[in-house]
Amino acid sequence: MLYAFLCYNNEDAVFSWTKEEDDAVMAGLHKVHQRLIEKKKFGPAVRLMPTTAATTLRKDTDPPLVLDGPYAETKEQLLGFYVIDCEDLEEALGVARDFAKANPGGAYEVRPLKLFLPGSFEK
Amino acid sequence: MSELAWIDAALIAARPQAIGALLRYFRDLDTAEEAFQDACLRALKAWPRNGPPRDPAAWLILVGRNSGIDAARRASRHSELPPEEILSPLEDVEAPMAERLDGGDYRDDVLRLMFICCHPDLPPSQQIALALRIVCGLTVPQIARAFLVGESAMEQRITRAKTRIARADVPFETPGAADRADRLGAVADMAYLIFNEGYSAADDPQGDRATLCGEAIRLARLLLRLFPAEPEVMGLLALMLLQHARAAARVDSSGQIVLLEDQDRSLWNADMIAEGLALLDKALRHRRRGPHQTRAAIAALHARAATPEQTDWDQIQRLYAALEILEPSPVVTLNRAVAVSRASGAGEALAMIEPLEGRLAGYFYFFGVKGALLSQLGRSAEARTAFDRAIGLATTAAEAAHIRNHLDRLMKDSADAGA
Repeated sequence: MLYAFLCYNNEDAVFSWTKEEDDAVMAGLHKVHQRLIEKKKFGPAVRLMPTTAATTLRKDTDPPLVLDGPYAETKEQLLGFYVIDCEDLEEALGVARDFAKANPGGAYEVRPLKLFLPGSFEK
Repeated sequence: MSELAWIDAALIAARPQAIGALLRYFRDLDTAEEAFQDACLRALKAWPRNGPPRDPAAWLILVGRNSGIDAARRASRHSELPPEEILSPLEDVEAPMAERLDGGDYRDDVLRLMFICCHPDLPPSQQIALALRIVCGLTVPQIARAFLVGESAMEQRITRAKTRIARADVPFETPGAADRADRLGAVADMAYLIFNEGYSAADDPQGDRATLCGEAIRLARLLLRLFPAEPEVMGLLALMLLQHARAAARVDSSGQIVLLEDQDRSLWNADMIAEGLALLDKALRHRRRGPHQTRAAIAALHARAATPEQTDWDQIQRLYAALEILEPSPVVTLNRAVAVSRASGAGEALAMIEPLEGRLAGYFYFFGVKGALLSQLGRSAEARTAFDRAIGLATTAAEAAHIRNHLDRLMKDSADAGA
């Protein structure tokens, strides 16, 4: 079974870490990653930019509505995510609109990545 | 990360919201600050024992309010305090308190707190000092070091600022949309002042003054969280990140400023640049240009150039031209002239700056640029006169060295071009 691990923390605190503090946490995580990578168990992993970099496409309206900021409701639940390589936000929102046509209702929060680790699954 | 460090980070993050709310209750800055300090002391005792509360800001506001009320009672009655266990039954009051703190209220609290620091009666140096003390929570010695003044002088500066504010009318009513936009503009400008105070610290690139850049970025982040759809706030944060990304490359091992085109671009912070570009991208979608976005767009063109030669000087001079319309200033024109000299040659640039001489007669950078342009045009005698005036106007050794480097480089360029 594949499991997703969704990481939650207080971004005010995390983004006020000094570089040394951040590096120390990442070095600790890296050791855990390394063990999983050696066992070919480590799938793609990402670290997101802060929520201030997010844009949300509400797709329960037609046409969908673009809002600045993260998804901030509680009436819907996180059901999945994509990682798509886009030139800029405009292209990313275009992709989100294409998804929305195929799958209306709910919302997509579009947030740039800070770090992408491709992982090491066996084919 | 140690427990204490986590608590410290949580207290710092909660500070603007908590002091903003306490200021609304007590309508007095000193009372609000003391109440917050007291709440922090209690947090240091209670949180390691009980674990961190779900909403640290709500906890601090509640405890701070109780403590402020107790202090007021104590002052009026001189009576004995009840034991601490009776005073603050904190464990089960958190959730309803958090619910009462609805988003709008807290947004206006933080904005008001920042806005009173940029009261028009206060000179910019007092605004910045007060904001760093009250909003960011830096200590007086920290601020004094950042401004390169003595502690008692800084203490006085902050006390004077507080006295002026206490006499002035602080607007406690909920602002209307137009007032809110005005406040946001003033507060964003103040955050930019703090950033520049740190950024221009050429003499101390990694030390106390440079922490001002970090504080300014934190304020801009907070503002953007409160006002997520404001393109100028996005632009401001983008600008700060794009400029601060170059911090490690701006100074060499001997402490000398390294000019943009001489910087080792591999030292630029790629994370900050990526975030800055993403924010600018978000801002420009709104198609509501403003000065912060325009400055960020200029910084973005530098950030996107892998080598100095790839810099799009023509686009940069167009952006400075747009900035001249948004915020007319001879310094902006001077910067545009520098871009023009790269895009279309020194002659055109010199013609642009000559009419500015009257207004920039005390500005060392003006004569630095003028001298460089003249030397590029082969007018060596006039160039030397301008250089001499530039060096004479430099106010610090670092400034003079900066100009000398700048001039040396431009002279070398012109020598190369002539060779």
